[in-house]
This record gives sequence, structure tokens and C-alpha cells, in this order.
Amino acid sequence: MKTVSRLIRSPEGLAGLILLALPIAAAIFANVLFPADPLSIAGPALVPPFSDPAFPLGTDRLGRDVLAGLVHGARASLAVGLAAALVALAIGSLVGTVAGLAGGLADEVLMRVVEAFQIVPGLLLALAFVSVLGASLPVVVLAIALGAWTGPARLARAEVLSIRERDYVASARVIGMHPAEIAFREVLPNALPPVLALSSVIVAGAVLIEAALSFLGLGDPNTVTWGAMIAEGRNVLRSAPYLSIIPGIGLVITVLGVYFFAEGLNNALAVRGIRS
Amino acid sequence: MMLLSVEGLSKTYPSGARQVPALKDVSLTLDRGRTLGLVGPSGSGKSTLARVLLQLVKPDAGSVVFRGTDLCALRGAELRAMRKHLQMVFQESLTAFNPRATVADAIGDPLRIHRIAGRRERPSHIAALLERVGLSPALALRSIHEISGGQRQRVAIARAIATGPDLIVLDEAVSALDVTVRSQILELLVSLQRDRGIAYLFISHDLAVVRAISHDIAVMDGGRIVEHGPSAEVTDNPKSDTGRALVAAVPRINYQAGGAR
Repeated sequence: MKTVSRLIRSPEGLAGLILLALPIAAAIFANVLFPADPLSIAGPALVPPFSDPAFPLGTDRLGRDVLAGLVHGARASLAVGLAAALVALAIGSLVGTVAGLAGGLADEVLMRVVEAFQIVPGLLLALAFVSVLGASLPVVVLAIALGAWTGPARLARAEVLSIRERDYVASARVIGMHPAEIAFREVLPNALPPVLALSSVIVAGAVLIEAALSFLGLGDPNTVTWGAMIAEGRNVLRSAPYLSIIPGIGLVITVLGVYFFAEGLNNALAVRGIRS
Repeated sequence: MMLLSVEGLSKTYPSGARQVPALKDVSLTLDRGRTLGLVGPSGSGKSTLARVLLQLVKPDAGSVVFRGTDLCALRGAELRAMRKHLQMVFQESLTAFNPRATVADAIGDPLRIHRIAGRRERPSHIAALLERVGLSPALALRSIHEISGGQRQRVAIARAIATGPDLIVLDEAVSALDVTVRSQILELLVSLQRDRGIAYLFISHDLAVVRAISHDIAVMDGGRIVEHGPSAEVTDNPKSDTGRALVAAVPRINYQAGGAR
């Protein structure tokens, strides 16, 4: 709780929360605000923004409501971003903990695998993965996580290497605790805070990669995403630039919000680290 | 009756390109219900010996025969089962507990792991152990970080005696405590030994404290045991250079208080 209150009191944390409130609210209430399918035609094509009260942000080439798309797109962006970060964190901290605790050959092998993933740019990895397995939401999530789990893995391993030398790990061994329980009850929870601070940065990266994939036509074709909206608007960029700019603003707000939030969280956790 | 018999223990640590010997051919024995004090200057190998005895570190050579079994030959589940009989108390009580643990977690873990008390009976076992080490059972729900250093060391002792061990290795267990708390903890250790017949390996750099609690004393230096004998003999008439230096280093007034105990 103290971490939360410190997070809200820090300027970055507060700014992040305010910026994120918009896309989060949009994602939660998308179906209430715009119950109709955002991919269905709602009115005349290419209504400019702020000209028709029925379509506050205008319509696209096919007459689809841009505001509805934006709100539903928030849902896809955040869901994919959070899910990808969750998967990346789970895999990363697991691999990092095992590598750090096992040491020796297992550590060497796991860390070489991590490096193998790290030298390939995340977007390229995701592109290759989605082109092979086809575009659907779970595949996109997995594809993004595939490029993002190495950061948490390295950080978790470094933390574990320092924690495993502490007396309380020796003490757990002395009372006869099983090595798996030592790893996941004694070591991992204490190695997690800095890894969690990394999670927001991963969410931001994941949102951007998801947008890039959709922009390239490799997103799930049945969900509205900001990347797909930008790609759609590209065809009429000179006559109706707002079609690309509006979802772009959504992306900027979300990613900026997540970054600020990450910064605030990092500081709040660092203060706690010094105190304990 | 022989409880612990250590034969020819050697352990070398790599330090950069060099190999630093921490233990050189260490042998000692300990009977049930007795206390062996282990003294020596910093870096003499006392803590390494403790860690090898507890099988936290495997020795390069030698054997640790405890209750008739060579611990160095045990692996995995067999070794974990044996740990019930062999416990340890660490110097820094703050770092010896998981920072997230409560007092009840710290004492309950050994009870759970060795199936001494089921989930239902555990709180009463924990309360009884807390009372035995002179703490209020109400402390059980407190976080390890919220209690004082002396209380924490008592919790560490409660955790160590939870499984009914035959031997407890005390690695500088009272060195971080202030003088009054220290003597209370020493009294607690002596009374536990009387009640339960626990043997102690009491490691300290402070000869006065060691003399107060030990039946026998072994002096370590440079990874070897340089002197070994009854407590009074080693402190009154040390034969090794290290022993003489340690006796000379004891402040006179403390020494007399320790001897009178």
C-alpha cells in the first residue's frame, strides 16, 4: 500500500496514471459506449472530425466510426500489451531464476539461449513468428512475448545470483526445504520487485510492436487495432490525414502513460528497497 | 556417546587464479549434550567448517559422521531428512530470515517440512516454542522485521529447536547482540541443553563468551585446529601461539565474569 501511495505522490507516477486512465476507461467501457461492431459501416464515408455530432471524430474510407474504432482499439492494444508483458515476465523470471540458482552448465545454456533471442530485433522476431503461425490474438501475444522475455530473464538472474548467497537461503537449506520451494518461495518473490518495474516498459514496447504488426497487416483481422487504423488511413493520407493521426495520438498517450507509470513505479520501489 | 565425528576435512576456495585453503585436515569429535567452543581469528576457517558440517558446502576431502552416517555421502531427500537432527543459528538475525516472513512462518517452516505438526496443530506448536525461548506467543503474527535483534535471535533458536535436533551449530550467534541480551541468550542456550540434551558447536571469536558456555574448546588458525582441550585448560594454559594471543586479547574484567559463570 505504501508503494501505491508513493506512486501517486510522485509526479511521474501521477502523470502516468492520468494519461493511462483514458485508454483504460475506453478499453473497459468500449462495449457500453459503442455496442455496435466497430468494423461495420455506420454512416457516410470520410466525414471529417468535429463536423457531425453523430461521428465526433469522423468516419473512415468505408464509413466506419473513428471514435468507436479508437475506443475498441484501446481494448486490443492494452489487452495485447498486458498479456504479452505477463507472458514475457512469467517466462523471463522463471528462466532467470532457474539459471541463477542452478548455475554451471544449465546457466550457461540458458543464458546463451537468452542471447540468441536478444540479438534478433523484437519486431523481426514477432514478424517471423506471426507469418509462420498466422495472425490471431494469442499468436500475436506470444510473438511479442518472444522478443520481450530476455530482459526480465537477465534481471531476474542477476537478482537471484545476489539473493542465493544470503543467509536466509542457507537457513532454508539447513531446515531441509526442498530446492524447488527455496527457488519459488524464498528466492523468486524477493527477486521480483525490480523485474516488475521493468514490466511497464515491456507493456509500452508490446503496444508499439502490436501496432506495427497490425500496420503491416499481420494483426488479427477481426479485431480493430490502432495499427490497422493507421494503415487503413495511409491510403488517404493526403486528403484525410486525421484517419492516421487520431489512432497515432491514442498510441502516444498510451505509451507515454505507461512509461511515466513505469518511472514512478521504479522510484517508489527503489525507495522501498533502500528502506528495507 | 559420540554424536559427531569429523575426519580430515579439507576445503579450498578459488580466489582469482589462486586456490585459497580454508580448511586443512580438520578433525574433531563431539558427544551428545556437550558444547564444543570453536575460537579463532577472522579468516581462520571457523565459518567454513560450520558450512561444511551443515553440508551447505561440500568438502574436497574428509568425512562428517553424524549419528553414525557420513553426511557427505548423503544426497537430496536423504540429506534433507537428516537435517531435522542438525540445525544452525546464524550471526546476523536480520539476514537469516526471508524478509517477507512472519515469526510464525519462520518457526512453522521446519514443522511443516518435517511433518512434525499439521496445519491445525501448528499454531499451538509455534506458541509453545515461542514460550520456550522466552517470547510472547502474540509475537507469532509479527513480521520478522518488526521485532528487535534479541527477539529475532530467540526466534532463530526456536526455529532451530523446532525439529528436536541433536546438534545446533551456533555461528557467532551472540556476537551481534549487546551484552545484556547476550548473557540472556547464553542462559537460554544452557537451559535448552540441560532440558533436551542438545549438543552445540559454538563458534565465536570471543574467547570469554566461548569459555562461559563450552565444555571443550578448539582453537582454529589458518584452516587447522591448533589446539583442542577442556575449556578451562585451553583458557588458563593455552599451548598454541594462537591460543595465547586469543587469551591475551580478552579484556580482563570480562574474562573474570565469564570464568565465574
